[in-house]
Amino acid sequence: MTVAPVELPGDPVIDTAQALAHGITAEEFATIQRILGRVPTFTELGVFSVMWSEHCSYKSSRKHLRMLPGKGRNVVGGPGENAGAIDVGDGWVAVFKIESHNHPSYVEPYQGAATGVGGILRDIFTMGARPVASMDSLKFGSFDHPRTRFLLGGVVGGIGGYGNCVGVPTVAGEVMFDAGYNGNILVNAFSLGLARREDLQSARAQGAGNPVLYVGSATGRDGIHGASLLASAEFDAESESKRPTVQVGDPFTEKLLIEACLEAIKTGAIVAIQDMGAAGLSSSSSEMAGRGGLGIELDLGLVPLREANLTPYEILLSESQERMLIVAVRGRESELAAVFEKWDLHAVVIGRITDDGRWRALWKGEVVADVPVGSISDDAPVYDRPRQAPPPASTTANRASSAPAPPPDVALRALISSPNVASKRIVFRQYDSIVQGSTVVGPGSDAAVLRIKDSARGLALKVDSNPRACALDPYLGAIATVCEAARNVACAGARPAGITNCLNYGNPERPEIMWQLVRGIEGLRDAAIAFDAPVISGNVSLYNETEGRAIPPTPTIAMVGTLDNVARHLKQYFKMPGDAVLMVRTAAPSLAASEYTDLFGMPRQQLSPIDLVRERKLIDGLVECADRRLIRSAHDVSEGGLAVALAESCFNPGGLLGVEANLGTGSHDVEVLFGEGSSTVIISAPLENVPVLSKIFAPLETVAIGRVTAALRLKIDTVIDEDVAALQHLYETAIPGRLNQS
Amino acid sequence: MKWGVVRFPGSLDDGDALHALRNVLGQDAAMLWHKDETLAGAECVVLPGGFSYGDYLRCGAIARFSPIMKSVAHFAADGGLVIGICNGFQILCEAHLLPGALMRNRSLSFICDVVNVRVDNTRTPFTRTAHEGEILRLPIKHGEGCYVAPADDLAQMEERGQVLLRYVDEAGVETDAANPNGSMRSIAGVANDRFNVFGLMPHPEHAVEKMLGGDHGRRIFESIIEAAR
Repeated sequence: MTVAPVELPGDPVIDTAQALAHGITAEEFATIQRILGRVPTFTELGVFSVMWSEHCSYKSSRKHLRMLPGKGRNVVGGPGENAGAIDVGDGWVAVFKIESHNHPSYVEPYQGAATGVGGILRDIFTMGARPVASMDSLKFGSFDHPRTRFLLGGVVGGIGGYGNCVGVPTVAGEVMFDAGYNGNILVNAFSLGLARREDLQSARAQGAGNPVLYVGSATGRDGIHGASLLASAEFDAESESKRPTVQVGDPFTEKLLIEACLEAIKTGAIVAIQDMGAAGLSSSSSEMAGRGGLGIELDLGLVPLREANLTPYEILLSESQERMLIVAVRGRESELAAVFEKWDLHAVVIGRITDDGRWRALWKGEVVADVPVGSISDDAPVYDRPRQAPPPASTTANRASSAPAPPPDVALRALISSPNVASKRIVFRQYDSIVQGSTVVGPGSDAAVLRIKDSARGLALKVDSNPRACALDPYLGAIATVCEAARNVACAGARPAGITNCLNYGNPERPEIMWQLVRGIEGLRDAAIAFDAPVISGNVSLYNETEGRAIPPTPTIAMVGTLDNVARHLKQYFKMPGDAVLMVRTAAPSLAASEYTDLFGMPRQQLSPIDLVRERKLIDGLVECADRRLIRSAHDVSEGGLAVALAESCFNPGGLLGVEANLGTGSHDVEVLFGEGSSTVIISAPLENVPVLSKIFAPLETVAIGRVTAALRLKIDTVIDEDVAALQHLYETAIPGRLNQS
Repeated sequence: MKWGVVRFPGSLDDGDALHALRNVLGQDAAMLWHKDETLAGAECVVLPGGFSYGDYLRCGAIARFSPIMKSVAHFAADGGLVIGICNGFQILCEAHLLPGALMRNRSLSFICDVVNVRVDNTRTPFTRTAHEGEILRLPIKHGEGCYVAPADDLAQMEERGQVLLRYVDEAGVETDAANPNGSMRSIAGVANDRFNVFGLMPHPEHAVEKMLGGDHGRRIFESIIEAAR
């Protein structure tokens, strides 16, 4: 039996109303009292509120996430660590994860996005891996929405401001504009690190009596309740007032922290290490102790503070950035302190590991919080929330459907100028994509390609999402998203090897949202199994709603693929006049969920079923073709369909080329020209290789559709004959032009 | 040849410079810590790219006070070869080892791209293997690369041939469109009046391997190696 912790002067009365104000339900409040056998102190209530928040506890999704395939031949390290890892050969492991920073980025776009990058980097280097690449998936409201320009500028500025200064290249990403995100943008940040397999670190505390070190920046008042009140609740008219819950990033300190932590790890004096992310000191301390089945005691008076007079409640809940918690080998604290001192960083012993299974916080010699470790780290409630499919979507036409379909050449020019299709150079030009000297293919092609230094091997990475398809069918949409990500890395010549995911949905307390989420997870599961690509890490972001309007269901998928020989990578661009242009696809295209439909309006259609055996065949064929050097380029058909993909393949930065394609289309065959609904890849290859390609892809049909030409024309049958340079001009100037208007 | 690459807190391209020198060009290169007071026998000192001290005050303004910078200044005064890349260029300007200053890009945003620069003086240790007017394709990545200097200084620098690199278009012509950051006279790289200290915004260390997009940066390092021979 432990002694009840003391209340502090000024603490409010703890009752149900106070619990509700902390985002804790009446039932949860009763459970907390049952666990403790008493009413929690104000400090304890604060800790429960963040640790039991949706953001930290995954209480609505946890039950369903268990269905994801997390194991595989190549998976390294146990579950429950900060990020997953896969073996990529020659003794290297890749550690990667994607995480949302949606709500902070809407409230304060620059700092929200910046700290999203910083947070995901810490999840990587806390594993002992040096972060070598970042990607971002961004969803903004309609391009013309009054807030979009401000949010776009802030988010891109924040990602660049942080990523450029911290020295991790931003190598790929995606940007989409859709009215469904007018009131709730998405900022999903991905990072990948490389480590030698033997250097992988754990976040599992061991050894009662081992000291607990606080390293990095001092603690301030920023980010308090970021995880609970901001990330785990819908937006309303008051949300702007939550700006103080957004953290402030310091990429310079993060850079020092990366170097110091990686150097400290080399000493062998670290037992466990975890970053202070969401819920800060509370989560890092309790989770490390919880994983080890041990207890932990912290003296909050020893925590370095940025300003005087922080209360224990504030110290425990602060989400100040660039801080890590380390369990050290007893007696070797000074070795670690010397490393951090070299990098001008704080390293202070603030507590120790115990064997009593309690999570205890001291303040001025008195206990202010004392709860079972597991009660906050593991035993948050798990909900099986009711779910219900909405009534079947109406087949009524969406906007502009009464207008006649435009001629194909007009449609092509409109599509290529649409912000969702047009070049995002104005965005990625603001990111350092080459620092660390491993970027073989940077932003702009289907997937980024990195080399692994001191090895012939390489990695391909891409992040994808397809909310329009998910809105039509959350299960098939999730599968289509995984297929697209797999195709993108395979178009670079890489074999899909691992997945991380960020599941962005609305309020899970609404049955149709819960249904979307579970169907999305089921789709992700089925596709991951089909590609033999384990889901090694992930993040769930719920309550993406504003005043009752949810975002489209948006599972964001980042795929990492491996190349045995990075010199055999491919890009999307045609390379040689005279080469055969071929199309390989798994099914007939459709206009469902296409950019064409969004621009010109069409009756809402159903997504076609997806045959995962055929999808897998397409991937395997691409990897084989690249490995055997049979093809010169490969490009996935995505937004804008085949006609746009052919144009993009002509935009070789090393010199434009043309294409002459015969598809047998007439001017009404818009599905063939602009449909997106099937998995289709455009490849170019020397003529003599065409017969063997057909064999490799069989039973998929490999259709020879034309030739690469030196003449800079994009010709498709008799329906399209455009100047490639003019199309490229539209493609490159569309977004800058619209940003410069008025 | 012996090289020293200085690592300041917040240096980012230090490892890339070391990799280029050691693994690609086969040089004897060592990392020097900014708190060191000697240069460990280096025959050429590299101040690398990055955000030293976060660039929080003004790019390079704090790094110039690092203990090692005293040694670098003495080394330069004795005629030793010093090359500053990007942030290193900014540090050299702040330390008054090079004339002029680097301001925010005229677009006010960070730019990562590949540019053409023209070699305008090949009679220097940094450019001697290039031919006059040769165009090099080199990456840039900076937020504050707009080179400025007083008009009188510029005229003098031009007269002495201190402008070694200029941003140009594919035909080798200085145009406004080919000037990525608004630098005066399209200046991308300058030397001091003794031609033993050189600063440039483009990153030659990121252009030494064809697989990573090109190897025109070798010209700079190979020139230095030849000059030291």
